[in-house]
Amino acid sequence: MKLVARDVVIHHRRQRYGDMLLAVDGATVDIEDGEFISIVGPSGCGKTTLLSALDGLIPITSGTLSLNGRTIVKPGPDRAMVFQQPSLLPWRTVMGNILYGLEIQGVKTADAKARAHRLVDLVGLRGFEESFPLELSGGMQQRVNLARALAVDPEVLLLDEPFAALDSQTRETMQGELLRVWNETRKTAIFITHDIVEAVYLADRVVVFSARPGRVKEIVTIDLGRPRDLRIKRDPRFLAIETRIWESIREEAARDTDALAATA
Amino acid sequence: MATAVTRQVEARPRSVVTTTPLPKQGWIKEHETVVIGATAVIVFFIAWEGIAAARIMSRLFFPGPVDVWQAFGDWYQSGELGIDITTSAQEFLTGYILAAVVAIPLGLIIGWYGRIRAALDPFITFFYATPRIVLLPLLIIWLGIGIESKVAVVFLGAFFAMVINTTAGVRSLDTSLLRVARSFGAKDLTIFRTIALPGSVPFILTGLRLGIGHALVGVVVGEYVAAQHGVGRMMAIAGNTFQSDKVFAGLIIIALAGLILTYILQRLEHHFDAWRPQQLH
Ligand SMILES: Nc1ncnc2c1ncn2[C@@H]1O[C@H](COP(=O)(O)OP(=O)(O)OP(=O)(O)O)[C@@H](O)[C@H]1O
Ligand SMILES: [Mg+2]
Repeated sequence: MKLVARDVVIHHRRQRYGDMLLAVDGATVDIEDGEFISIVGPSGCGKTTLLSALDGLIPITSGTLSLNGRTIVKPGPDRAMVFQQPSLLPWRTVMGNILYGLEIQGVKTADAKARAHRLVDLVGLRGFEESFPLELSGGMQQRVNLARALAVDPEVLLLDEPFAALDSQTRETMQGELLRVWNETRKTAIFITHDIVEAVYLADRVVVFSARPGRVKEIVTIDLGRPRDLRIKRDPRFLAIETRIWESIREEAARDTDALAATA
Repeated sequence: MATAVTRQVEARPRSVVTTTPLPKQGWIKEHETVVIGATAVIVFFIAWEGIAAARIMSRLFFPGPVDVWQAFGDWYQSGELGIDITTSAQEFLTGYILAAVVAIPLGLIIGWYGRIRAALDPFITFFYATPRIVLLPLLIIWLGIGIESKVAVVFLGAFFAMVINTTAGVRSLDTSLLRVARSFGAKDLTIFRTIALPGSVPFILTGLRLGIGHALVGVVVGEYVAAQHGVGRMMAIAGNTFQSDKVFAGLIIIALAGLILTYILQRLEHHFDAWRPQQLH
């Protein structure tokens, strides 16, 4: 067992209201080594919050979060985040951005350079090493974002809706690329998305979150085998899983709307 | 036949970049703005000389370019030209560089630490809103009519534009970049060095560029009021004795200094265009 979240409760301090907002209320999930997990759930249910806590960017109120038995208290080289926005340093080239994490962690050898070059190939950006982010398309920027996280060679890759801003075609390409990269590196991956098809297509298991405050509502195992072709999205078994998760989320979204109506 | 074509396309590696060189243009087309600008300036000087040579107004009031050129000659012959220019340059450079050396680190600190900003904001706002030139009488009382009072007024003139722009640079940093740095485990100092500092560079350069104008006003007005040497002092004396041609000569020196310095900083700013968001230009 690798990554463990047990009864995790997270509050956000709200400066403006002077209170604590309960964002995640008792999330429990065990994630195996090398597993690909998708997290879906209604908007605002605390997915990003949980992922930030896994990365060590924000503290948890109670419960346990641990990686290989060690409690997560702050960011570490064993985890890397791929943010929803590419968040590239605009004054650095593609190469400079990919090397950024390594630089912070004090790896500045020729070895690092060589690894960065391999990653450029892996994410399909050869020829753009010296381009600046402003000269790249959205999809290319996300590839750099991904390569930057992979560069530090983390055990766990945390991905927060990395393809949300892309058009559906680029998105499918990127899904394929991500699976290919994951296949080669076999990192544990936690992937947040709003897109159920994407979640099912990529994952070994899909975690469905309840409406806020976020709890794990159910965990759906995706028994579709690998490698997966894009055509699998048309497979009846795929569609059955998709429908089931869709209904599960819809139920939660409805609950959320009811709650909103009640407080209004 | 069709399959052969397809195979050829597929054989091309996905990641190869194809670039096409821009079509060659004629020299004039390529430097169009420069050519138009230079022509306009030449036409202007010819028109100026023409009007002046017609002597509708006396040379005392409206000298032509040739008169101004002669004034430069007189100024040089008097032995004052070198002293005046070096004095003014010394005042400018000392005040301006001191301002930059103090303002940039201070601006970075003010931008980074909210509490320090809260403490210093009232003073910076007060001074920025007040034309610092009004402090000149005080500075002359305190520092005398030598170059020190001018250095001080140049310093005060340039300082606030630099501080305010540097602070703005730090404050406008993209918070998502800070999150990236934290996520990689960066310490505060590393974040400062790798995000805050490079992210503020375009703003710092803007501050330096705006500072030039303020600093030059400081030199000239400072010397008008009280000085032993300097381009501004020469202009003040020439102005009081109806030597318009000499006033023009001084004016040209000041304008040239401003132009050249601004040009250098603009070049530096353009250097960062590759990553500056387009709308900031
Ligand atoms: N920095 C913050 N300060 C205060 N409240 C926050 C903060 N970040 C998130 N929240 C609140 O916590 C709750 C959960 O937010 P979170 O961003 O984790 O949701 P999410 O599931 O990622 O939503 P989405 O799918 O829309 O990205 C929301 O109600 C949000 O308003
Ligand atoms: Mg989110």
